[in-house]
Amino acid sequence: MVTSISEPLSAPLDVGFDYTRSLGPVLGRFATELREHRVLGVRGSDGRVHVPPVEYDPVTAQPLTEFVQVGTEGTVTTWSWIPEPLAGQPLQRPFAWALIKLDGADTALLHAVDAGSPQAMAIGMRVRVRWTAEPVGGIRDIECFEPLDAPERAVAATPEPVTMITSPVHLRYLHSASPEESRYLRGLAEGRLLGQRCPACGKVYVPPRPACPTDGVPTEDEVELPDRGVVTTFCVVNVPFLGQRIKPPYVAAYVLLDGADIAFLHLVLGCAAEEVRMGMRVRAVWRPRESWGTTLENIDHFAPTGEPDAPYESFAQHL
Amino acid sequence: MAKQLAAVIGTGQTHHTAKRQDVSMAGLCREAIDRAMADAGVDWPEIDAVVLGKAPDLFEGVMMPELFLADALGATGKPLLRVHTAGSVGGSTGNVAASLVQSGVHRTVLAVAFEKQSESNAMWALSILPPFSMPVGAGAGGYFAPHVRSYIRRSGAPEHIGAVVAAKDRRNGARNPYAHLKQPDITVESVRSSPMLWDPIRYDETCPSSDGAAAVVIADESVASGRPAAWIHATAMRTEPTTFAGRDQVNPQAGRDAAAALWREAGITDPLSEVDVAEIYVPFSWFEPMWLENLGFSELGQGWKLTEAGETALGGRLPVNPSGGVLSSNPIGASGLLRFAEAAMQVMGRAGEHQVDGARIALGHAYGGGSQYFSLWVVGAERPGAR
Repeated sequence: MVTSISEPLSAPLDVGFDYTRSLGPVLGRFATELREHRVLGVRGSDGRVHVPPVEYDPVTAQPLTEFVQVGTEGTVTTWSWIPEPLAGQPLQRPFAWALIKLDGADTALLHAVDAGSPQAMAIGMRVRVRWTAEPVGGIRDIECFEPLDAPERAVAATPEPVTMITSPVHLRYLHSASPEESRYLRGLAEGRLLGQRCPACGKVYVPPRPACPTDGVPTEDEVELPDRGVVTTFCVVNVPFLGQRIKPPYVAAYVLLDGADIAFLHLVLGCAAEEVRMGMRVRAVWRPRESWGTTLENIDHFAPTGEPDAPYESFAQHL
Repeated sequence: MAKQLAAVIGTGQTHHTAKRQDVSMAGLCREAIDRAMADAGVDWPEIDAVVLGKAPDLFEGVMMPELFLADALGATGKPLLRVHTAGSVGGSTGNVAASLVQSGVHRTVLAVAFEKQSESNAMWALSILPPFSMPVGAGAGGYFAPHVRSYIRRSGAPEHIGAVVAAKDRRNGARNPYAHLKQPDITVESVRSSPMLWDPIRYDETCPSSDGAAAVVIADESVASGRPAAWIHATAMRTEPTTFAGRDQVNPQAGRDAAAALWREAGITDPLSEVDVAEIYVPFSWFEPMWLENLGFSELGQGWKLTEAGETALGGRLPVNPSGGVLSSNPIGASGLLRFAEAAMQVMGRAGEHQVDGARIALGHAYGGGSQYFSLWVVGAERPGAR
C-alpha cells in the first residue's frame, strides 16, 4: 500500500510555435493598406462597413469585395483598464483595451489605448491611431490608439504588400503529474522502478495510473520492478524534426519490464540498430547517480543483456 | 423510432497541396463548400446547420477556429457544431452531420473539414514532450512504425507489401485532379529504394503534409429524392483508450466493434463480396492490409494477400482508395471526410478518372489518435433495403 502522502510533482511546459498565417485577399489587403497608414473596411450586403474587414458577409455568406477607406480617428464605445500588462500585449505600461468605432465604420475594432490612467478613459472619447515605427505587417502596425489631445508623432509609411504574417503563439503550462506518477518519479530519483497492480485484473502498470484503464478501479498495490525486460516492438527513427532531442538514427523501442503488463517507449543502444529484434532481452543503463532527477531520463538507454531472445508467444499479447 | 433516411447530395474539395498561401483558412474552406453546394444544387437559405471538423488546434494555433470561421461557413444564425476526434475527425464530422438529418432535427446539413498544415509543423505538434518523460516520440510515423512491425511479424507478410500499397495509391492519385501527389510512374521498386524514415516505414510509404478542405451536403429524403444521391446505409463510431495492458495496437477492438456494428446496420454479411469500393484511411502504406483485416474484409493475418494479389487495385475485387487516399493527399482534419466524400462520389458515378465501374455500395473509413478513434459509413446508389 502507498502510505506516504506528498505533493504531486510539477514542472513548466512551454509549447510554442511561430505560426505562418496566409491572410487571403481581404485581410491581405487590410494589412497592406496599414503599411500605407490607411485603414480599410469592407461594405456588407446590408450596407454596414466592417472594420477590420471580414472576408464573407455575416448576413448572406457571400464573399465581400467592396473595400471602404475609413478614418484613423474614432470613438471609444467601451473599454477595460489593464493595470498590469502581460508580455506580448501592445503596451508594456498600464493601458486600456477598448472597442473603437473608426469614423466611417459601423463595427468597432479592439485595440489598446495609451491613456496614462483610467481617469483619462471614457465611453465616447475620441482617439486616433498611433502608427508603429517598426511595422511587421498586420494589426500590430497600429502600435495603439491615443487620445486626440496627445502630441502627434510623425512616423513614415513603409509601403509593402502583405500576404503572410508570422504569429508567435506560446502556451506556458505548469504540468503536474498525478500522485501515483509522482511516487513513481520519486522512485526513479532513487533508481527504483515502481509500478502498481490493479486489484481487479491483476495487471501491473508502470508508470502507475490513478485507476486501471480497463476496470476503472484505483490501483493501490505497489510493485517494484526489475530494470530489465524485453523489447516487444520498435522502430528506427532516421528522420530529423523540429524539437527533436535525440540525434537520429536511434531505436525507439517498447520495453516490457519483467513482471509488468504494459510496455513503455525508450531508447535502445549498445548494439547496431539493425541488430535490435522483437523479443531481445535488455537491461537499463542508468546515468551517473549524481545526475538523477524525477524523470525516466535517469535511464540513459536500454542495452542488450546477451540472454537468449524471449519467445514470441511470451510477449505476443503485448503488441 | 426508426432513423430518417439521409443521403449525400453533393461533395466538394480543394486542390490539395503543400502550401496554399494565397488563401486564408476561411477561403480554403469556402473552395470546398462552394463546390459541394454547386454539386448539390443548393444555396445558403436551404442549409439548416453546419458541422465543422478539424484535427488538433495546435496545427494552426487557433483556438476554436469554428468561431472565427462562422461567417465563411454560412453559419451565422444557424446551429454550428465543431467535431474533434483527431485524424478521424473528418469521418466523425460526416457522421455527426448525418445524425442531425437521420434524427429528423434538420433537413439539409453542411459538413466541412479542413487542415492548413502549412501554418505550422505537424511533426512538431505531434511530438510535444511533457516533463518527466523520455524524449523518444517522433511524430505519427514514429508512433505507428513499431505497430507496423508487429503486424508484419504477426501476419508473416512479405516485406514488399507496403510498397505495393504505396505504388498503387500514388498511381491512383495521378487519376484524381484534386490529389496533392500525382506519381503515375511510381513503382514498387522505386518505393522500396526510397529512404527509410521510421524503419520499417519508408519515405514513399508516408502521407504528404497538405493544405486542403472537404465538404459534403447531407439531406433528408424529401430533399434528396429525384436528385443524384449517395444514400447513407449505415454509420458507426467507436473509441478506446490509447494505452492499456493487453491492448491490441495492430487490430484495435474499437475498429473491430465499429466494423461489426456498421455491417450489421447495413445488412452486409460478406463485406468483400458486397462492397464495391472502399476509401480507407491509410496514412502509412501498411495500414491497408491492417485495416482490411480489422474491417473484416479478410481473415486475420490474410489482408496482405488481397493487396499482393492486386485485388485492392482498380479493376480488382475490392478497389481500395481509387482517389489515391491519404497517401496522396493529407489535409489531416479533412482526410476522413475526403474518404467519406469519395465513397459517395463513387456510388453517385461522379469519380471521373478514378471511377470504379458500376460501384453501388461504398465504404468510407477514418481512424485517428493512436488508432483509438474509428468512424465509418456505408453509402449506396439506392435507398437502404432496395438491393
